[in-house]
Amino acid sequence: MDALARFLDMGGYARFVWPAYGAAAVVLAGMALQSYRAWRRQHGVWSALEATRSKRR
Amino acid sequence: MQRFANPGRFMRLSSRVMPWCGAGASIGLAVGLYLALLVAPPDYQQGEAVRIMFVHVPAAWMASFVYGFMALASAVALIWRHPLADIAAQAAAPLGAGFTLLCLVTGSLWGEPMWGTWWVWDARLTSVLVLFFLYVGYMALVNGFDDATRGARAGAVLALVGAVNLPIIKFSVDWWNTLHQPASVFRLGGPTIDTSMLLPLLIMAVAFMLYFAALLMLRMRTAILAGRVRAARLGEVEPVPEPRSRSHAAGSVG
Repeated sequence: MDALARFLDMGGYARFVWPAYGAAAVVLAGMALQSYRAWRRQHGVWSALEATRSKRR
Repeated sequence: MQRFANPGRFMRLSSRVMPWCGAGASIGLAVGLYLALLVAPPDYQQGEAVRIMFVHVPAAWMASFVYGFMALASAVALIWRHPLADIAAQAAAPLGAGFTLLCLVTGSLWGEPMWGTWWVWDARLTSVLVLFFLYVGYMALVNGFDDATRGARAGAVLALVGAVNLPIIKFSVDWWNTLHQPASVFRLGGPTIDTSMLLPLLIMAVAFMLYFAALLMLRMRTAILAGRVRAARLGEVEPVPEPRSRSHAAGSVG
């Protein structure tokens, strides 16, 4: 427990180190999420278009 | 290069390469974070605050690298009208902006405890802020036209002109007296960082690079699919030839 507390304290720099890693997590996850959502959306449109086209044939 | 000019071929190739990049990025981030947070020693001057380096420096490298990639793709788009070049540049821009923002935020969080200030208008910090505005300006410009081709053209010119900022960023710490330290990894005479810190740094950098590659491919695939949707809808409504403005994005379907 003591070791964990010391790790989380980061030698007194906790309020700088953890926000930096938090920012990295937010930015990286945000980029992935936005890119993936855009892909899903476009993929949905394409599938719907394909379905109506094959129905018409 | 010409062999990859075909969007259909890119779709096939990227669907195979993308998962490997994603997997490599995940492993790299896991190993890199473990080494950065638990194995690397505290700095003799900076203490534990030095661990900010392991996200700040890879983000900074990616900020410049992605812009270089974008400028190169823009040059290819302007000169050879490569059907994927505009798509690649536009897919890269938001990712580059993200890395630049991350670089600025982590740099600020590192500056306060080490320099005693969140921000200073020195040449390095200012030129990276300009880089961020170049990314944002590029995205605004590309989307600011009704005609997609004209937007892409204007954006490509901006990306190329803005590339003069890259050497300014790199050499700003040598040309001017900056609060920011000079290069300590990519310098003549080799790195000045000990292996115990250099290794996690390089692993994080590779992980960031693979992460970028995976997301770049995903975004390019999205753009190609959007082009196919547009082309298909135009075909549904009336049998007129495609307008020139959209033809580059539509590519060759199938």
